Order: sequence, then C-alpha cells, then structure tokens
Amino acid sequence: MNLPAIDLLVDALLAPTRLTQLDAAQWDLLIRQGRNADLLARIASVCTAHALLEQIPARPRRHLEAAAKLALRQRREVYWEVEQIADALAPTGLPVVLLKGAAYAVAELPAAEGRMVSDVDILVPRQHLVAVESALMMKGWVSEAKSAYDQRYYRTWMHELPPMRHFRRGTVIDVHHAILPLSARWHPSSEKLLAAALPVAVNELDELDKLDGRIMVLAPEDMLLHSATHLFQEGELAHGLRDLVDIDSLLRHFGTADAFWQVLVPRAVELELSRPLFYALRYANLMLGTPLPESVVQAAVNAPGGRQPGAFLAFMDSLFLRALRPAHATTSDRLTALARWQLYVRSHWLRMPPSLLIPHLARKALTISR
Amino acid sequence: MTAPTLASVPRDVLRRHLGSEGVCLRIPPFTARIRSPIPIVGEGLATLYAEYELLPSDGTFADFHVAVVYGRRFPKALCVFEMDGLRPFTPLAVGEAFAFLEWGLNWCVTGYCHTLISIHAAVLERHGRVLIMPAPPGSGKSTLCAALLLNGWRLLSDEMALLDPRTGLILPAPRPVSLKNQSIEIIRQLAPHAIFGPLARDTMKGTVAHMRVPSDSLARAAEPALPGWLIFPRYLPESPARLVARAKSEGFMQLAENSFNQNVHGRPGFEALSDLVARSDCYDFTYSRLAEAIEVFDRLPLPP
Repeated sequence: MNLPAIDLLVDALLAPTRLTQLDAAQWDLLIRQGRNADLLARIASVCTAHALLEQIPARPRRHLEAAAKLALRQRREVYWEVEQIADALAPTGLPVVLLKGAAYAVAELPAAEGRMVSDVDILVPRQHLVAVESALMMKGWVSEAKSAYDQRYYRTWMHELPPMRHFRRGTVIDVHHAILPLSARWHPSSEKLLAAALPVAVNELDELDKLDGRIMVLAPEDMLLHSATHLFQEGELAHGLRDLVDIDSLLRHFGTADAFWQVLVPRAVELELSRPLFYALRYANLMLGTPLPESVVQAAVNAPGGRQPGAFLAFMDSLFLRALRPAHATTSDRLTALARWQLYVRSHWLRMPPSLLIPHLARKALTISR
Repeated sequence: MTAPTLASVPRDVLRRHLGSEGVCLRIPPFTARIRSPIPIVGEGLATLYAEYELLPSDGTFADFHVAVVYGRRFPKALCVFEMDGLRPFTPLAVGEAFAFLEWGLNWCVTGYCHTLISIHAAVLERHGRVLIMPAPPGSGKSTLCAALLLNGWRLLSDEMALLDPRTGLILPAPRPVSLKNQSIEIIRQLAPHAIFGPLARDTMKGTVAHMRVPSDSLARAAEPALPGWLIFPRYLPESPARLVARAKSEGFMQLAENSFNQNVHGRPGFEALSDLVARSDCYDFTYSRLAEAIEVFDRLPLPP
C-alpha cells in the first residue's frame, strides 16, 4: 500500500519541534489537513505545551489560535451544559455519567486539550430511560427525530434515544443506555459500566456542593473501550483520526499506571469488546506510534476476535489505514472512497442482522429519494 | 520592483490557471487560492481584482483554498462553492458563480478567523478614524458605503468589520462592494467611471453586481485604524437625512447582535466591543437621498 504521507500532521500532534522548520508550502498542507481532521486546536494545544506557538509564522499561527479559541469556548460551554443536565436530572436521583468528549473535559484529561466538543453524551440505566427523558423534556430538551419510524427505530433497536436539542440554547444531548445497539452482535453490559463509573471532582463547575459526586465518568479501561467501540464498531469515521488521537491520548495517559494495562484486556473480554480493542491498539500504534506493552498486545491477539488470518488482517488494514486518515484530497488515494463505503457497510452489518438491516436500508432509501 | 498583480496575467492564461491548479491572490488581510472552471468567475476576477497582488502558485501559504465548480448541468446548470473540498452551501445557478465566490469568501472569514472579532457592517475611514455601519440587509448600508467611498472616504470593507481584540484597531479587508437592484444604477449614475463586475440576476437578493475597490483603499490595506463612529443607517423613502445621537448602551447591544463570532471570544470579546463603543460616537441615521447623506457624513465631528 502506497498512501500519501500524513507525517506532517502526525508529527505536529506528537513531535511538534519539527514545526519550526516547515516552509510555507508545508504549512499550507498542514493547516488544510488539520482543519479537515478537526485537529487544528489540538495542534495548537500541543504547541502551547511545548512553548512553540510563538515560533510559528504568523499566517498559519492565526489559524491555530482561532481553532484554539473555538475549542476553549466549546469547553466552557460543555461545563455549563453539564451543570444544566445535572440540574435537570436531579429529580431522578441518578448520577450524570458522561461519555466521550464531555467526559474528557470534565475529568480534565489530556485528551480534552484542544478537542472540539459539541454534543454531550450520557449513559443511563435502561430501566430509567423514560424518567430521564421526561426530566430532560421538563427542562426544555426536545427530541430531534420527527418521524414515527425514526422514533420507533431508535427505541426498539438502538442504544440511545434520538438526539434531544434544547429549544433555547440549541445544544444537543445524546442519552445512551448502552454503548452498542440492542440489535448488534455483542452486548457489553451497561450495568457493569455504570457500576464501575467514578465520580469526578469538577473544579470548573461552580456549584460543586449541589452536584456533589453526581457527575461521573467511566473507569479508565471502560473509557478507552468505549472510545474504541465507537470508532471501530459503529463506522463513525467522519473524524476518524481525531478519534484515534483520543485513543492514543487515553492510552498514553492511563498507561502510566501498570494497573491499567493489567485490567484492560480482561475487561474487554468481560464486556465482549476485545475485537474493537484489538483494532484500537493496532491502529493507534501503527498510525500514531502509541507505546504498548508487548504482553498487552499478545493478550489482545489471544482474546476472542483478536487472532485473525493474515490475509483478512491485511484487508482490514487496507480499509482502516485509508478511512482513518483525514477525508481530504491530499490524504486519499483512489481506493479511499471505496474503503470508507466498505466500512460503512461493515458497521451496519455489525449493527443489526440482515433480517432487520435490509428493510431498514430499503426504508431509508425510499425516504431519501422522496 | 512592485509585486505582480492579477492584471499582469493575460485572460486566457488566467482562465487556464483557474481551471487547473488555481491562482493565489493576496486579498488583504488574507491569501486565497481560487479555482474555477466557470468563465464568469474568471471574468469577475479579471475585472474586479486586477490590482490585487498575485502570488506564486508554488510555495505560497494560502489561508483558504476555495473553488466554484459546476454542479449538475440538467435541467438547469448549477454551481457549487467549495472550501477545500467542503461544500457548506446549496448549489446556485451558474450565472451567480462570481457572486457565490464573494459570499463564500465572506463565510471563510466569519467561520474560521476567530483571532478577530467579525461584525456584519460596512466600514470606512477618514482622518484616521473608522466609521462602522452595522445594519441588516435592506437598510441601504452598501449603497451608502459605495457613495461615501466615492466621496473621500477610504473603504475598509462593505461587509464586515474585523476588530483585533488585542489592539482595538479595525483591520482593512477591502473587497469589491456588493450592490443590489436599483442601487447598481444609482451608483453608476453617481460615478460613471466606477468599474462593475458581472451581473448576477435572479439571486435570492435580486440582481447583484460588485463594484471595484478604489486603488487608494487597496493600496492602504495594511493600515488598520481606530474606531470613531458607530452609525446605524436606515433607508426611509421620502425622508430627509437625519442624524440622531443614540445611547451607547443600545449601540453596544446592536453591535453585539451584528457580530458573527463575539461569543467565541468570551469576556475579552465583550470588553473589546465595549471599548470600541466607548471610543465611538453613536448615531441613528435615516435618509432617502444620497447627496444629502454624503453632506451629513462630510460634516461629522471628529470623535475625541
């Protein structure tokens, strides 16, 4: 496979000292690729951490600074939004278990540095879904799915309610009761995820007393497994590289503790998520050089779904190594579009059995063409 | 040696470049690489951007890679604006391709340039102070702006004020002035020598044409200036020209409403806007006849 290089972008994220050496044409390419991948603010935060921002030429620098401003603003808004959600859910007595970007922000993880977050994702026990939905509606969130079919589709087969948008602020919340669809092949237990969730001390939130321990995030290994599942099972590859950067950042951060590596693979097996973990480790290491203990790599290979025939793995490499790049003309080859399409089909294949999938796709095709 | 301008490129060469790797133009304070196989785009650029600096195709950093390309051809030929492969807008008729490029470039600035606070306004300068006229479409802001720049004011922008929150200065971003419907004829009569680009008919805004930026405004594009007047114009048929002082608190609110990205800046943004209002004289202005309006603006007292 001879794909166009993305070393500029990867170096900017990992080894930014090279950035002081770039010429105008390289900056041009880097800003374009970074913007496309939604990683400009991340690059800006890495540069700030290395005290390099001032050494970058003014013209490209202002794009990094602009993205950083936007990311900072979004982060503030997420804190505010989380407070509003906690307030809305107070009558249910449930904790607010945050997922993905909002969780990284509230837990103040390195993965949140320069990461764009727009929607807030939460995980609630399925039996309390109705109570959570009503509580949110009472405070102004309205379901986005308008058609009866969409409502039924989400509620019968999916792992989340249709997105709910706040009628005044326009912000969106995704209420999950599981991390994979009910119709999917594997069924990671939400009870186990929720039982292991940890409260966060939220310095940024004002009314700590009121929230006292009610804001929670998944345990480190579960957070990583969810991130891997989202990227490698759900076919959400629009920001594939950004999501892989999340995974890389989580692994580097949590990986400083040996205990994390000891529980990671056993936990993946327990939650039926060893396949997405295998892919996450493989591609984070291949594309971003994420350091991994050899024993963990071996354990992931030996876990169910880990050992794959060489030809099959080569095929999956040819898909993921294309689709995980920014969706930009300078990072794609003639097979990229096909690879993205194949992974999209794969995600639907994993999402539901053919008896459900075919009527669903037929219905969607008809609605779109109408 | 002066830098080459777009005028130095023969039309057929320009068309060829636009259709392949694109041309890099210095459109202060930005650089854009523009591509388009559509002839009207080349025509508009050659007419209206003749004096803009042309940068080498290789080794240039461009803030924005934009293109207007053909969409579907049947039953009606459409064109699409692309920002580096991204298509943020629904397609328009091919006849609007050049106007589409102008609108797309505006979107690039307001959507990405968050080191600056952008405000929807016509912006001019005289005696070192900046006149900011924020106003909704239909208020006659662009017509008034065109009339003033033909009468001794320097054009900073007819579309957006770019406030640098660190210095409190307004950065010039001189681009062709967009005129609509009857305004096109009115300005043509006022300035028979003004140069206009292609006419886009039947757009959502009616007929649209762009007028070339005066050479002096373009030559001074690197000179930012201090805000001085904040004036809210309104075209009112049959009304005499009337300038009425306005409370600064109200002026601030309306300025903030017209800002595209003030929210991104948080508290420093709020403070930069209040500084702007504090050092500007605030007025409401109603008018129907341009000659009277020009006279009123000629007599504007210089703010402290």
